[in-house]
Amino acid sequence: MIKFTNVFKAFPKGGLALKDVSFHVAKGEFAFLTGHSGAGKSTVMKLIYADERPTSGEVRVSGYNVNEMRPRDVPLLRRKLGIVFQDFRLLEDRTAEENVAFALEVTSARSSTIAARVMRVLTQVGLAAKAQAYPRELSGGEQQRVAIARALVNEPTVLLADEPTGNLDERATRGVFQLLRDINASGTAVVMATHDLDLVRQAPYRVIELQEGALVYDSAVDEPRDQAAAP
Amino acid sequence: MNLTLREAMLTFKRAPLLSALSVTTIAFSLFVLGLFGLVVVNLQDALRAIEERVEIVAYILPGTPAEATAQALKDIQAFPEVQGANYVSEDDALVRARAELVELRDVMEELERNPLPASIEVKLKPGFRDADHVSIVAERMRGFGFVDDVRFGRDWVENVDRLRGLAAAVGIVVGAAFAVVAIIIIGTTIRMAVLQRSREIAIMRLVGATDGFIRRPFLLQGAIKGLLGGLVAVGLSFGAYLLINRYLLQSAFFTNGQALAIVGFGAVIGLLGSATSVGRHLKRV
Repeated sequence: MIKFTNVFKAFPKGGLALKDVSFHVAKGEFAFLTGHSGAGKSTVMKLIYADERPTSGEVRVSGYNVNEMRPRDVPLLRRKLGIVFQDFRLLEDRTAEENVAFALEVTSARSSTIAARVMRVLTQVGLAAKAQAYPRELSGGEQQRVAIARALVNEPTVLLADEPTGNLDERATRGVFQLLRDINASGTAVVMATHDLDLVRQAPYRVIELQEGALVYDSAVDEPRDQAAAP
Repeated sequence: MNLTLREAMLTFKRAPLLSALSVTTIAFSLFVLGLFGLVVVNLQDALRAIEERVEIVAYILPGTPAEATAQALKDIQAFPEVQGANYVSEDDALVRARAELVELRDVMEELERNPLPASIEVKLKPGFRDADHVSIVAERMRGFGFVDDVRFGRDWVENVDRLRGLAAAVGIVVGAAFAVVAIIIIGTTIRMAVLQRSREIAIMRLVGATDGFIRRPFLLQGAIKGLLGGLVAVGLSFGAYLLINRYLLQSAFFTNGQALAIVGFGAVIGLLGSATSVGRHLKRV
């Protein structure tokens, strides 16, 4: 599904964002990507959705080779992924429903099916009642749910979540995290970058830890360790 | 297409101020170009009026038989450069001279014999009224045995030529400069519209929109803005034309085709400006 093999990524101004990173996330898996700010979590995410290309090594995602994919294939890869960010990235001048529908429209989905599919995912994230609300009328947690609905509407095989709870209070964080777990339970692989170790400890999921661009711990490969020792 | 149209129209609704600003900028850029166009159009009309007066006159030897002149007249009328040729008899020439040279009327009255020769006056078709063609036709007319002399005011024709060349050079250089300025200003305006939506473009890309999909509404929107700007520019030019006509001088306005060309030029600049702005933006991010 997602396979990094000896990936190096250089910063444009020199220095390495990633040093020799290798891991494999299987279909349907839930994996945390942890580490301090600047450890390389976002770079890993960007490599997965082909916003960046590796300097060396190989990145494979959903049958695409990110190293050598043609620019016109990038949108096709992204349609197989759902992406969620810390800052939600909703369009302020569109309602929740329109924000979600937007992701279907750009893929030239049949317009007759769009409304039904949008309502289905909004229901799934518990926001069917607020379909007509604009982002500014929604709480942070609700906005993130809209973003998750938008990520889900194309029925992705992988959901990428880059610090999805970074801007949320504790209650909203729990809600959003539970939603991601439910999504994973229904078969979608989830890669969630976070530095919220409480969340990481709560669930029995795989943990991949980065430190200054290097992979220092992978619970799928390494011996279990005392979570308290982790940063 | 449906979606492209909807997205393009949404921009006018969501950013009415910036959209209005774009249209206004395009309109005024094209208006300046249009004013210059009006000057060129009127200058051309004036030149054409001057060219109308380019004429070749062949004086005919006295005593030439009428049939020979009539035949020559037909031959000259058949020249490809010739628009029309007139025979002016000796008597006609005298009548005309009396009417035109009032000061010499007394002298004319006392004449016992008409001293004026008969002549053939030739007008050339538009496009042939320059020194080269005039000389060629004059030379050919000289070939008739009974033609005494051929006159066409060489200096006059050469001056007209020079004026025409100058008008064309100024028209092209100044027109091109105005057009370039208009393109730059319009391009900048459209660039602002693209930058204003850069966040939206980034989000579209994240959810898997192709560059073509992102580009299309911008192209349509740019073309619409250019079209509207062109229409306003033609309207403003027409207003200026009415004012000039009323207070300054009798002038001409664009033909429908020329007015349409201005609107079309606006649409094309709008389209190309958007294409380059969005293209550059998409390449950079």
